[in-house]
Amino acid sequence: MAEEIKALSSQLAQDPDSLVFLRLGEALRQKGQLDAAHRVALTGLERHPHLADAHDLYARILADKHDYERAFDEWDMTLRIAPTHVGALKGLAFLYFKVGDVEQAAAHLEAAQRVAPDDPGVAQALALARGGAQDVERAAAVAGGGGGTAHSAEPIAPDEPLPAAAQPLEEARVFAGLQGAQEGLLLLDVSGRVLGGALRDSGGQDVTDAVAAYLAGVSQEAARTVKLLGLGEWTGLAAEGKSGHVHLTPPSSDALLLVVRDRAVPMGRLAVIAQRAAAAAHRWLETHA
Amino acid sequence: MSAKPPAPEYAKALDMITRVRGVRGAMLVSADDGIVVAEQLMEGIKGAALAALAASLTTRLRRAMEAAGVGASLFWHLQAAQGALLVVPSANGILVVAVAEPDVNVGLVRLELLRGAEVAT
Repeated sequence: MAEEIKALSSQLAQDPDSLVFLRLGEALRQKGQLDAAHRVALTGLERHPHLADAHDLYARILADKHDYERAFDEWDMTLRIAPTHVGALKGLAFLYFKVGDVEQAAAHLEAAQRVAPDDPGVAQALALARGGAQDVERAAAVAGGGGGTAHSAEPIAPDEPLPAAAQPLEEARVFAGLQGAQEGLLLLDVSGRVLGGALRDSGGQDVTDAVAAYLAGVSQEAARTVKLLGLGEWTGLAAEGKSGHVHLTPPSSDALLLVVRDRAVPMGRLAVIAQRAAAAAHRWLETHA
Repeated sequence: MSAKPPAPEYAKALDMITRVRGVRGAMLVSADDGIVVAEQLMEGIKGAALAALAASLTTRLRRAMEAAGVGASLFWHLQAAQGALLVVPSANGILVVAVAEPDVNVGLVRLELLRGAEVAT
Protein backbone atom coordinates (compact mmCIF):
# COMPACT_ATOMS: atom_id res chain seq x y z
CA MET A 1 0.00 0.00 0.00
CA ALA A 2 2.82 2.39 0.90
CA GLU A 3 4.52 1.72 -2.41
CA GLU A 4 1.28 2.26 -4.25
CA ILE A 5 0.73 5.57 -2.50
CA LYS A 6 4.24 6.64 -3.33
CA ALA A 7 3.78 5.75 -6.98
CA LEU A 8 0.43 7.47 -7.22
CA SER A 9 1.81 10.58 -5.52
CA SER A 10 4.57 10.66 -8.06
CA GLN A 11 2.14 10.33 -10.94
CA LEU A 12 0.01 13.12 -9.56
CA ALA A 13 3.00 15.36 -9.10
CA GLN A 14 3.93 14.83 -12.74
CA ASP A 15 0.41 15.51 -13.98
CA PRO A 16 -1.64 17.45 -11.43
CA ASP A 17 -4.65 17.54 -13.78
CA SER A 18 -4.87 13.76 -14.06
CA LEU A 19 -7.56 11.73 -12.37
CA VAL A 20 -5.01 9.71 -10.44
CA PHE A 21 -5.97 11.77 -7.40
CA LEU A 22 -9.04 9.53 -7.13
CA ARG A 23 -6.90 6.43 -6.61
CA LEU A 24 -4.45 8.24 -4.39
CA GLY A 25 -7.16 9.73 -2.21
CA GLU A 26 -8.85 6.35 -1.87
CA ALA A 27 -5.56 4.63 -1.04
CA LEU A 28 -4.81 7.19 1.64
CA ARG A 29 -8.31 6.87 3.02
CA GLN A 30 -8.07 3.11 3.21
CA LYS A 31 -4.75 3.45 4.98
CA GLY A 32 -6.37 5.74 7.51
CA GLN A 33 -4.39 8.81 6.49
CA LEU A 34 -7.54 10.88 6.44
CA ASP A 35 -5.98 14.34 6.58
CA ALA A 36 -3.75 13.56 3.61
CA ALA A 37 -6.67 11.98 1.77
CA HIS A 38 -8.74 15.06 2.55
CA ARG A 39 -6.12 17.36 1.02
CA VAL A 40 -5.80 15.22 -2.09
CA ALA A 41 -9.55 15.05 -2.60
CA LEU A 42 -10.02 18.78 -2.11
CA THR A 43 -7.24 19.62 -4.55
CA GLY A 44 -8.76 17.22 -7.05
CA LEU A 45 -12.18 18.76 -6.58
CA GLU A 46 -10.79 22.20 -7.26
CA ARG A 47 -9.51 20.96 -10.60
CA HIS A 48 -12.49 18.75 -11.40
CA PRO A 49 -15.50 20.33 -9.70
CA HIS A 50 -18.02 18.56 -11.95
CA LEU A 51 -16.60 15.07 -11.52
CA ALA A 52 -19.04 12.88 -9.63
CA ASP A 53 -16.36 10.46 -8.47
CA ALA A 54 -14.41 13.33 -6.93
CA HIS A 55 -17.40 14.34 -4.82
CA ASP A 56 -17.96 10.69 -3.91
CA LEU A 57 -14.36 10.31 -2.79
CA TYR A 58 -14.56 13.48 -0.72
CA ALA A 59 -17.82 12.28 0.85
CA ARG A 60 -16.24 8.96 1.85
CA ILE A 61 -13.37 10.76 3.51
CA LEU A 62 -15.75 13.08 5.33
CA ALA A 63 -17.80 10.09 6.47
CA ASP A 64 -14.66 8.44 7.78
CA LYS A 65 -13.97 11.64 9.70
CA HIS A 66 -17.52 11.47 11.07
CA ASP A 67 -18.37 14.75 9.38
CA TYR A 68 -21.70 13.33 8.30
CA GLU A 69 -23.42 16.58 7.46
CA ARG A 70 -20.84 17.54 4.86
CA ALA A 71 -20.63 13.96 3.64
CA PHE A 72 -24.36 14.12 3.01
CA ASP A 73 -23.91 17.31 1.01
CA GLU A 74 -21.14 15.78 -1.09
CA TRP A 75 -23.06 12.61 -1.86
CA ASP A 76 -26.08 14.70 -2.65
CA MET A 77 -23.94 16.72 -5.04
CA THR A 78 -22.64 13.49 -6.57
CA LEU A 79 -26.17 12.43 -7.37
CA ARG A 80 -26.95 15.80 -8.90
CA ILE A 81 -24.08 15.26 -11.29
CA ALA A 82 -24.60 11.53 -11.79
CA PRO A 83 -28.10 10.51 -10.63
CA THR A 84 -27.32 6.78 -10.72
CA HIS A 85 -23.96 6.90 -8.95
CA VAL A 86 -23.93 3.71 -6.89
CA GLY A 87 -21.32 4.94 -4.44
CA ALA A 88 -23.36 8.00 -3.59
CA LEU A 89 -26.58 6.00 -3.29
CA LYS A 90 -24.87 3.59 -0.91
CA GLY A 91 -23.26 6.44 0.96
CA LEU A 92 -26.56 8.19 1.52
CA ALA A 93 -28.13 4.89 2.57
CA PHE A 94 -25.30 4.55 5.08
CA LEU A 95 -26.04 8.01 6.49
CA TYR A 96 -29.77 7.38 6.63
CA PHE A 97 -29.16 4.15 8.51
CA LYS A 98 -26.95 6.08 10.89
CA VAL A 99 -29.79 8.39 11.83
CA GLY A 100 -32.29 5.54 11.95
CA ASP A 101 -34.24 6.49 8.84
CA VAL A 102 -34.54 2.96 7.51
CA GLU A 103 -37.18 3.90 4.94
CA GLN A 104 -34.93 6.43 3.22
CA ALA A 105 -31.97 4.08 3.49
CA ALA A 106 -33.96 1.33 1.79
CA ALA A 107 -35.09 3.70 -0.95
CA HIS A 108 -31.50 4.61 -1.75
CA LEU A 109 -30.40 0.99 -1.65
CA GLU A 110 -33.18 0.00 -4.00
CA ALA A 111 -32.02 2.68 -6.40
CA ALA A 112 -28.47 1.37 -6.06
CA GLN A 113 -29.63 -2.18 -6.71
CA ARG A 114 -31.36 -1.14 -9.90
CA VAL A 115 -28.03 0.17 -11.14
CA ALA A 116 -25.83 -2.56 -9.68
CA PRO A 117 -27.99 -5.66 -9.22
CA ASP A 118 -24.98 -7.89 -8.54
CA ASP A 119 -23.54 -5.83 -5.70
CA PRO A 120 -23.67 -8.20 -2.69
CA GLY A 121 -23.29 -5.35 -0.17
CA VAL A 122 -26.34 -3.60 -1.52
CA ALA A 123 -28.39 -6.78 -1.48
CA GLN A 124 -27.37 -7.61 2.07
CA ALA A 125 -28.07 -4.12 3.39
CA LEU A 126 -31.36 -4.05 1.57
CA ALA A 127 -32.36 -7.35 3.13
CA LEU A 128 -31.62 -5.87 6.54
CA ALA A 129 -33.63 -2.79 5.72
CA ARG A 130 -36.60 -4.76 4.46
CA GLY A 131 -36.45 -6.90 7.56
CA GLY A 132 -37.06 -3.82 9.65
CA ALA A 133 -33.37 -3.30 10.37
CA GLN A 134 -33.55 -3.88 14.09
CA ASP A 135 -29.80 -3.62 14.05
CA VAL A 136 -29.39 -0.36 12.22
CA GLU A 137 -25.71 -0.17 13.08
CA ARG A 138 -25.07 -3.41 11.30
CA ALA A 139 -27.20 -2.29 8.38
CA ALA A 140 -25.24 0.97 8.19
CA ALA A 141 -21.99 -0.94 8.19
CA VAL A 142 -23.19 -3.22 5.42
CA ALA A 143 -24.56 -0.36 3.35
CA GLY A 144 -21.31 1.49 3.63
CA GLY A 145 -18.99 -1.42 3.32
CA GLY A 146 -19.50 -3.00 -0.06
CA GLY A 147 -17.58 -2.96 -3.28
CA GLY A 148 -15.20 -0.39 -4.58
CA THR A 149 -17.10 2.46 -3.07
CA ALA A 150 -16.55 1.31 0.45
CA HIS A 151 -16.11 3.74 3.23
CA SER A 152 -15.25 2.74 6.72
CA ALA A 153 -18.52 2.09 8.39
CA GLU A 154 -17.64 0.81 11.76
CA PRO A 155 -20.74 0.02 13.73
CA ILE A 156 -21.63 2.42 16.47
CA ALA A 157 -21.61 0.77 19.85
CA PRO A 158 -25.12 0.37 21.20
CA ASP A 159 -24.58 2.75 24.09
CA GLU A 160 -22.69 5.30 22.08
CA PRO A 161 -24.82 8.31 21.18
CA LEU A 162 -24.90 9.28 17.55
CA PRO A 163 -22.39 11.97 16.70
CA ALA A 164 -23.95 15.41 16.68
CA ALA A 165 -23.55 15.68 12.94
CA ALA A 166 -25.53 12.47 12.49
CA GLN A 167 -28.52 13.65 14.46
CA PRO A 168 -31.59 14.49 12.41
CA LEU A 169 -30.48 17.98 11.49
CA GLU A 170 -33.75 18.97 9.99
CA GLU A 171 -35.68 19.14 13.19
CA ALA A 172 -32.76 20.26 15.31
CA ARG A 173 -31.53 23.12 13.18
CA VAL A 174 -32.78 23.56 9.66
CA PHE A 175 -36.42 23.34 10.54
CA ALA A 176 -36.24 25.22 13.78
CA GLY A 177 -37.71 28.21 11.96
CA LEU A 178 -41.10 26.61 12.01
CA GLN A 179 -41.07 26.74 15.76
CA GLY A 180 -40.64 30.48 15.74
CA ALA A 181 -36.98 31.11 15.05
CA GLN A 182 -36.42 33.59 12.26
CA GLU A 183 -34.47 31.34 9.95
CA GLY A 184 -35.87 32.22 6.57
CA LEU A 185 -38.33 29.34 6.55
CA LEU A 186 -42.01 29.65 5.86
CA LEU A 187 -44.53 26.81 5.69
CA LEU A 188 -47.97 27.55 4.33
CA ASP A 189 -50.98 25.81 2.91
CA VAL A 190 -51.94 26.07 -0.74
CA SER A 191 -54.31 28.91 0.03
CA GLY A 192 -51.49 31.05 1.36
CA ARG A 193 -52.25 30.60 5.05
CA VAL A 194 -49.20 30.39 7.27
CA LEU A 195 -48.64 27.09 9.04
CA GLY A 196 -45.25 27.87 10.54
CA GLY A 197 -42.14 29.98 10.32
CA ALA A 198 -41.81 33.65 9.57
CA LEU A 199 -39.95 36.00 7.29
CA ARG A 200 -38.44 39.40 7.80
CA ASP A 201 -36.94 41.60 5.12
CA SER A 202 -33.50 43.16 5.38
CA GLY A 203 -34.98 46.07 7.33
CA GLY A 204 -36.36 43.72 9.95
CA GLN A 205 -39.97 44.22 8.92
CA ASP A 206 -42.26 41.21 9.16
CA VAL A 207 -43.24 40.27 5.60
CA THR A 208 -44.67 36.85 6.36
CA ASP A 209 -48.26 37.42 5.33
CA ALA A 210 -47.45 39.29 2.12
CA VAL A 211 -45.00 36.65 0.95
CA ALA A 212 -47.41 33.85 1.85
CA ALA A 213 -50.19 35.47 -0.15
CA TYR A 214 -48.05 35.81 -3.25
CA LEU A 215 -46.65 32.30 -2.93
CA ALA A 216 -50.05 30.69 -3.16
CA GLY A 217 -50.34 32.13 -6.66
CA VAL A 218 -46.86 30.97 -7.55
CA SER A 219 -47.71 27.43 -6.53
CA GLN A 220 -50.88 27.38 -8.61
CA GLU A 221 -49.09 28.67 -11.69
CA ALA A 222 -46.24 26.20 -11.21
CA ALA A 223 -48.74 23.34 -11.12
CA ARG A 224 -50.52 24.61 -14.24
CA THR A 225 -47.25 25.02 -16.10
CA VAL A 226 -45.91 21.54 -15.47
CA LYS A 227 -49.32 20.09 -16.31
CA LEU A 228 -49.30 21.90 -19.64
CA LEU A 229 -45.84 20.59 -20.41
CA GLY A 230 -46.67 17.06 -19.24
CA LEU A 231 -43.78 17.08 -16.80
CA GLY A 232 -45.50 15.29 -13.93
CA GLU A 233 -45.61 16.77 -10.44
CA TRP A 234 -43.51 19.84 -9.76
CA THR A 235 -40.89 19.22 -7.12
CA GLY A 236 -39.28 22.58 -6.58
CA LEU A 237 -38.86 26.12 -7.76
CA ALA A 238 -35.52 27.81 -7.25
CA ALA A 239 -34.93 31.46 -8.01
CA GLU A 240 -31.98 33.81 -7.82
CA GLY A 241 -32.75 37.34 -6.68
CA LYS A 242 -30.64 40.47 -6.67
CA SER A 243 -30.08 40.23 -2.93
CA GLY A 244 -30.93 36.65 -2.12
CA HIS A 245 -32.10 33.27 -3.27
CA VAL A 246 -35.37 31.46 -2.64
CA HIS A 247 -36.42 27.84 -2.96
CA LEU A 248 -40.04 26.74 -2.93
CA THR A 249 -40.90 23.09 -2.34
CA PRO A 250 -44.20 21.26 -1.89
CA PRO A 251 -43.54 18.96 1.11
CA SER A 252 -47.04 17.55 0.63
CA SER A 253 -49.87 17.99 -1.81
CA ASP A 254 -51.47 20.69 0.30
CA ALA A 255 -48.50 22.60 1.67
CA LEU A 256 -45.62 24.76 0.48
CA LEU A 257 -42.26 25.42 2.05
CA LEU A 258 -40.21 28.49 1.25
CA VAL A 259 -36.54 28.74 2.16
CA VAL A 260 -34.84 32.12 1.80
CA ARG A 261 -31.11 32.69 2.00
CA ASP A 262 -28.82 35.53 1.04
CA ARG A 263 -26.76 35.42 -2.14
CA ALA A 264 -23.73 34.06 -0.32
CA VAL A 265 -25.45 30.68 -0.20
CA PRO A 266 -25.01 28.96 -3.58
CA MET A 267 -28.14 27.71 -5.30
CA GLY A 268 -27.00 24.10 -5.07
CA ARG A 269 -26.47 24.39 -1.36
CA LEU A 270 -29.84 26.05 -0.99
CA ALA A 271 -31.43 23.13 -2.81
CA VAL A 272 -29.89 20.72 -0.32
CA ILE A 273 -31.14 22.81 2.61
CA ALA A 274 -34.58 23.00 1.03
CA GLN A 275 -34.75 19.25 0.49
CA ARG A 276 -33.90 18.57 4.10
CA ALA A 277 -36.31 21.18 5.33
CA ALA A 278 -39.05 19.75 3.11
CA ALA A 279 -38.50 16.27 4.51
CA ALA A 280 -38.68 17.67 8.01
CA ALA A 281 -41.74 19.71 7.10
CA HIS A 282 -43.43 16.56 5.85
CA ARG A 283 -42.82 14.87 9.17
CA TRP A 284 -43.83 18.00 11.05
CA LEU A 285 -47.10 18.16 9.13
CA GLU A 286 -47.85 14.54 9.91
CA THR A 287 -47.11 15.11 13.58
CA HIS A 288 -49.18 18.28 13.81
CA ALA A 289 -52.05 17.21 11.55
CA MET B 1 -38.25 21.84 -33.83
CA SER B 2 -41.15 23.88 -35.13
CA ALA B 3 -40.62 27.59 -35.28
CA LYS B 4 -41.91 30.93 -36.29
CA PRO B 5 -39.09 32.50 -38.26
CA PRO B 6 -37.38 34.67 -35.66
CA ALA B 7 -35.34 37.82 -36.23
CA PRO B 8 -31.63 37.00 -36.66
CA GLU B 9 -30.55 38.15 -33.23
CA TYR B 10 -33.39 36.24 -31.62
CA ALA B 11 -32.59 33.14 -33.66
CA LYS B 12 -29.01 33.36 -32.48
CA ALA B 13 -30.11 33.58 -28.85
CA LEU B 14 -32.40 30.57 -29.25
CA ASP B 15 -29.76 28.58 -31.10
CA MET B 16 -27.31 28.95 -28.23
CA ILE B 17 -29.83 27.58 -25.78
CA THR B 18 -31.22 24.72 -27.82
CA ARG B 19 -27.71 23.46 -28.57
CA VAL B 20 -27.39 22.37 -24.94
CA ARG B 21 -28.04 18.66 -24.65
CA GLY B 22 -31.34 17.95 -22.90
CA VAL B 23 -33.00 21.20 -23.92
CA ARG B 24 -36.30 20.47 -25.68
CA GLY B 25 -36.92 24.00 -26.79
CA ALA B 26 -36.44 27.65 -26.12
CA MET B 27 -38.49 30.76 -26.58
CA LEU B 28 -38.51 34.47 -26.07
CA VAL B 29 -41.60 35.84 -24.40
CA SER B 30 -42.87 39.31 -23.74
CA ALA B 31 -42.95 39.52 -19.94
CA ASP B 32 -45.73 42.09 -19.89
CA ASP B 33 -48.35 40.29 -21.91
CA GLY B 34 -47.11 36.71 -22.16
CA ILE B 35 -46.94 36.70 -25.96
CA VAL B 36 -44.39 34.65 -27.89
CA VAL B 37 -41.67 36.79 -29.48
CA ALA B 38 -39.70 33.92 -30.98
CA GLU B 39 -39.56 30.20 -30.43
CA GLN B 40 -37.71 27.02 -31.25
CA LEU B 41 -39.75 24.29 -29.63
CA MET B 42 -40.02 20.58 -30.19
CA GLU B 43 -43.28 19.34 -31.63
CA GLY B 44 -45.99 18.97 -29.05
CA ILE B 45 -45.06 21.90 -26.85
CA LYS B 46 -47.82 24.51 -26.87
CA GLY B 47 -45.78 27.66 -27.22
CA ALA B 48 -48.54 30.24 -26.75
CA ALA B 49 -49.89 28.64 -23.60
CA LEU B 50 -46.42 28.09 -22.20
CA ALA B 51 -45.52 31.72 -22.87
CA ALA B 52 -48.58 32.93 -21.00
CA LEU B 53 -47.89 30.70 -18.02
CA ALA B 54 -44.19 31.54 -17.93
CA ALA B 55 -44.98 35.26 -17.91
CA SER B 56 -47.63 34.84 -15.25
CA LEU B 57 -45.36 32.73 -13.08
CA THR B 58 -42.54 35.24 -13.48
CA THR B 59 -44.78 38.09 -12.37
CA ARG B 60 -46.08 36.23 -9.35
CA LEU B 61 -42.62 35.07 -8.39
CA ARG B 62 -41.25 38.61 -8.72
CA ARG B 63 -43.94 39.91 -6.37
CA ALA B 64 -43.20 37.21 -3.81
CA MET B 65 -39.45 37.77 -4.01
CA GLU B 66 -39.75 41.52 -3.75
CA ALA B 67 -42.05 41.10 -0.76
CA ALA B 68 -39.45 38.79 0.81
CA GLY B 69 -36.81 41.46 0.30
CA VAL B 70 -34.55 39.52 -2.07
CA GLY B 71 -35.31 41.61 -5.14
CA ALA B 72 -36.61 40.63 -8.53
CA SER B 73 -35.63 37.26 -9.93
CA LEU B 74 -32.60 37.05 -12.20
CA PHE B 75 -33.11 33.39 -12.99
CA TRP B 76 -35.64 30.82 -11.97
CA HIS B 77 -35.86 27.08 -12.38
CA LEU B 78 -39.07 25.06 -12.04
CA GLN B 79 -38.23 21.43 -11.40
CA ALA B 80 -40.63 18.59 -12.10
CA ALA B 81 -40.50 14.83 -12.14
CA GLN B 82 -40.08 14.62 -15.90
CA GLY B 83 -38.49 17.89 -16.87
CA ALA B 84 -37.80 21.47 -16.05
CA LEU B 85 -38.56 25.00 -17.08
CA LEU B 86 -35.80 27.58 -16.79
CA VAL B 87 -36.27 31.31 -17.25
CA VAL B 88 -34.12 34.42 -17.29
CA PRO B 89 -35.96 37.74 -17.34
CA SER B 90 -33.95 40.21 -19.43
CA ALA B 91 -33.62 43.93 -18.90
CA ASN B 92 -35.85 44.87 -21.83
CA GLY B 93 -38.88 42.93 -20.67
CA ILE B 94 -38.18 39.75 -22.61
CA LEU B 95 -38.20 36.40 -20.87
CA VAL B 96 -35.72 33.87 -22.15
CA VAL B 97 -37.28 30.46 -21.56
CA ALA B 98 -36.00 26.90 -21.91
CA VAL B 99 -37.86 23.62 -21.56
CA ALA B 100 -35.53 20.80 -20.61
CA GLU B 101 -35.20 17.17 -19.68
CA PRO B 102 -34.93 16.42 -15.95
CA ASP B 103 -31.24 15.54 -16.13
CA VAL B 104 -30.15 18.60 -18.09
CA ASN B 105 -27.04 20.49 -16.99
CA VAL B 106 -28.83 23.33 -15.24
CA GLY B 107 -25.71 25.40 -14.79
CA LEU B 108 -24.98 25.32 -18.51
CA VAL B 109 -28.55 26.15 -19.48
CA ARG B 110 -28.51 29.05 -17.04
CA LEU B 111 -25.35 30.43 -18.63
CA GLU B 112 -26.82 30.15 -22.12
CA LEU B 113 -30.06 31.76 -21.00
CA LEU B 114 -28.11 34.68 -19.55
CA ARG B 115 -26.11 34.98 -22.77
CA GLY B 116 -29.32 34.70 -24.75
CA ALA B 117 -30.81 37.51 -22.70
CA GLU B 118 -27.83 39.71 -23.61
CA VAL B 119 -28.15 38.89 -27.28
CA ALA B 120 -31.89 39.47 -27.29
CA THR B 121 -31.61 42.81 -25.51
